[in-house]
Amino acid sequence: AFKAAVLIQQWYRRYVARLEMRRRCTWRIFQSIEYACEQDQIKLHNFFSYLMDQFTPSSSKERDFISRMFVSGESYKEAELEKCCDYESIEVPDSYTGPRLSFPLLPDHATALLEAFKQKQQLHARYVLNLLHETRKHLKQLPNISHVSTCYSEEVTVCGDLHGQLDDLFLIFYKNGLPSPSKSYVFNGDFVDRGKQSLEILVILFSFLLIYPKEVHLNRGNHEDHMVNLRYGFTKEVMQKYKVHGKKILRMFQNVFCWLPLATLIDQKVLIIHGGISDTTDLNVLEKIQRDKFISVLRMKKRKESSRKPEIQTVNGESKSDSEAAGNEAAPRFSLQPQSAQAPSTANRLEFSRWLRQTVQEQIDTCRRMVDISESEPEELTYSSMVSLKDVDEPCWTRQEEWKQVLDILWSDPMPQEGCRENKVRGGGCYFGPDVTEKFLEKYSLQFLIRSHECKQEGYEFCHNRKVLTIFSASNYYEIGSNRGAYVKLGPDLIPHFVQYQANKTAHMLTMTQRQGIPVALISRVEESAFRALREKLFAHTSALISAFKAYDGDNTGRITLSNWATAVESVLRLGLPWRMLRPQLVRSTEDGMLEYKSWLDDLAMEQRSQEHIQSSLLEVIYRNRSNLETIFRIIDRDHSGLISFEEFQQTWKLFSSHMNIELTDDGINDLVRSIDFNKDGNIDFNEFLEAFRLVKQCP
Amino acid sequence: IVAEIEKKITEAFEVFDRESNNTVDVREIGFIVRSLGCFPNEAEVQELLEQVNMEVEEPGGFIPLEQFLPVMTKVLLERRFWPIPEDVILHAFEALDENKCGYITKEDLVKHLTEE
Repeated sequence: AFKAAVLIQQWYRRYVARLEMRRRCTWRIFQSIEYACEQDQIKLHNFFSYLMDQFTPSSSKERDFISRMFVSGESYKEAELEKCCDYESIEVPDSYTGPRLSFPLLPDHATALLEAFKQKQQLHARYVLNLLHETRKHLKQLPNISHVSTCYSEEVTVCGDLHGQLDDLFLIFYKNGLPSPSKSYVFNGDFVDRGKQSLEILVILFSFLLIYPKEVHLNRGNHEDHMVNLRYGFTKEVMQKYKVHGKKILRMFQNVFCWLPLATLIDQKVLIIHGGISDTTDLNVLEKIQRDKFISVLRMKKRKESSRKPEIQTVNGESKSDSEAAGNEAAPRFSLQPQSAQAPSTANRLEFSRWLRQTVQEQIDTCRRMVDISESEPEELTYSSMVSLKDVDEPCWTRQEEWKQVLDILWSDPMPQEGCRENKVRGGGCYFGPDVTEKFLEKYSLQFLIRSHECKQEGYEFCHNRKVLTIFSASNYYEIGSNRGAYVKLGPDLIPHFVQYQANKTAHMLTMTQRQGIPVALISRVEESAFRALREKLFAHTSALISAFKAYDGDNTGRITLSNWATAVESVLRLGLPWRMLRPQLVRSTEDGMLEYKSWLDDLAMEQRSQEHIQSSLLEVIYRNRSNLETIFRIIDRDHSGLISFEEFQQTWKLFSSHMNIELTDDGINDLVRSIDFNKDGNIDFNEFLEAFRLVKQCP
Repeated sequence: IVAEIEKKITEAFEVFDRESNNTVDVREIGFIVRSLGCFPNEAEVQELLEQVNMEVEEPGGFIPLEQFLPVMTKVLLERRFWPIPEDVILHAFEALDENKCGYITKEDLVKHLTEE
């Protein structure tokens, strides 16, 4: 009998181990796809750089078109903003049953909002805009780094990423209480995108911010950035919920986001930032910069890089008499504001370089003035002198430096190894090691850092010898049951106390039993979701996979070993996943360790329901790049109407396909369009277009 | 074949490598071994660990991949701790089912498993 028991135990242990392995693999799949998605964002920006650098507009129309792509998102001067986002003229009909706000806001308004959102009501556009105006006014007075003291309210509660998951915010308020004079809160960024109720979260947070300005603090996250919003869902959400005023609302949000403080300091001992730090992070610099200049932290870099090229042209004496300059239809939208955040469009290269030289010259003058160098520099700027601008004077912080400071704060991740290196996975910020943390804490006499930005299974995680705490408040982020959310409370002793939760009842119950054993149902469900996403990714790379497989199949038998399959797949997808572990779930039938790869790929394709009359390779490309395409389309559609003209569509497609090396004739494009019912007075409803290929679904 | 086995082991190892530094908490070795298809009992896992730890100066919390790989490769090549066939497990359950009713209660199972 004893032997029997032991056998059973063996069997059971193995079962548990298998489950644990599956759970971890699933987690890895979600994470790697998420980060690969962010990598796509880099590719998109490379695409834009490519446009700026390589594409020579052959007609004024095309030039116009490109310039429009870049001028989307200009900074609005105060008066302009007030005018175009005016709310007073918006009438609220009597039939409106939602909350009506009046300013200054009172706690009752907040409760009314909470209740209304629980009932799935929508706040009228007028009140949204009004709220945003007041929020902006308030934020402008705040310093870049907020200061909180635990002697006023005994405890401070810090929350991490919410990502539009309103249920999690409700859960936090339920468990912890609403903000009040005796209950301080810090929300550490990433309130929007991915989840479907980003708007409601912002309305609630901004309301509490105005009602309890001393107790509620918000930090900017990397998703409080309109370029990121275009891709990850916030823009779409606003336009869907506010069809008439969505445009204005988005513009206001864009402006409000860049007025959000960058960091919060508790008792001068605990620093809270959204992403992390780098070895060059300097709190003194951060305190002094004009944070509203950084509308989108993603775009700055591009502009700097691209601004070099036209500069060289001018310097080389090629006064390009731009023959089209005179008859240029698009008014060159640039302004010679010394501190302007916008480079003008490249619609007119001469003007552009003139502006550039002016700005750079001003910068140099400022630097010179600061160090009192005699003006012996040559007047013409050369390429090399532009590059060495950084080296000019240590205390002279160029825009490039400031931009890096902000980027690092919002995008960096900690790593276990020492040192500090570029964060290539995300495309911004860096990976910082425990030594960087140690030095930083010492430099500013801090005890530890709190940051968010990364999803953690338990909702929080320490690293760097408990000197860095990651707090993540969006539960079930990847899928129901994938992870818990958490918030942390700090008292005057600054010892963190955690509260975890999961915003879905069934998932919650299952998590409890997770302690005793691992419920298969939960794992299976999450796993299914992960594998579906993975199969989609595989399908999107069909051609590349076939080439890779053929490389291992010299005799053209149509079969490869499973081992080679794993190597090939990794080389194409580059997700860093344990393919041999995952194989049983991805490859159903094998014969003596060999796989017939063509039929396997065909099976994958069948799952994805393709359209027959479009070539499958085209479909594949569209599929793989759908997020990028969608983002590009949204940028073209400046008035967020959901429609772009047929010509714009053609232009977009041409640019896109030339960048992606796709062969497609004009006829091909026409066929593509004809297969979709478009005809809205010569406009294309591109949601229809994307929907036709099931592209509207966002990246997971 | 050996290369393939080594790749498999490395993959499984990496899944449990929390800090991405090619070491794994000693308590997770059991998981890894079992997810590679083996059915060792606790005593056998301990034996395995001792073999692995032989080379290490300070046996303790973390097992590095270099130590683990050769030992585990041998295990897989020699087919040690190979899966228990289903009918054997069935017999095991039947042995514990004194009343021959086709099931055992949780309490009985716990009792048998915790008895030495």
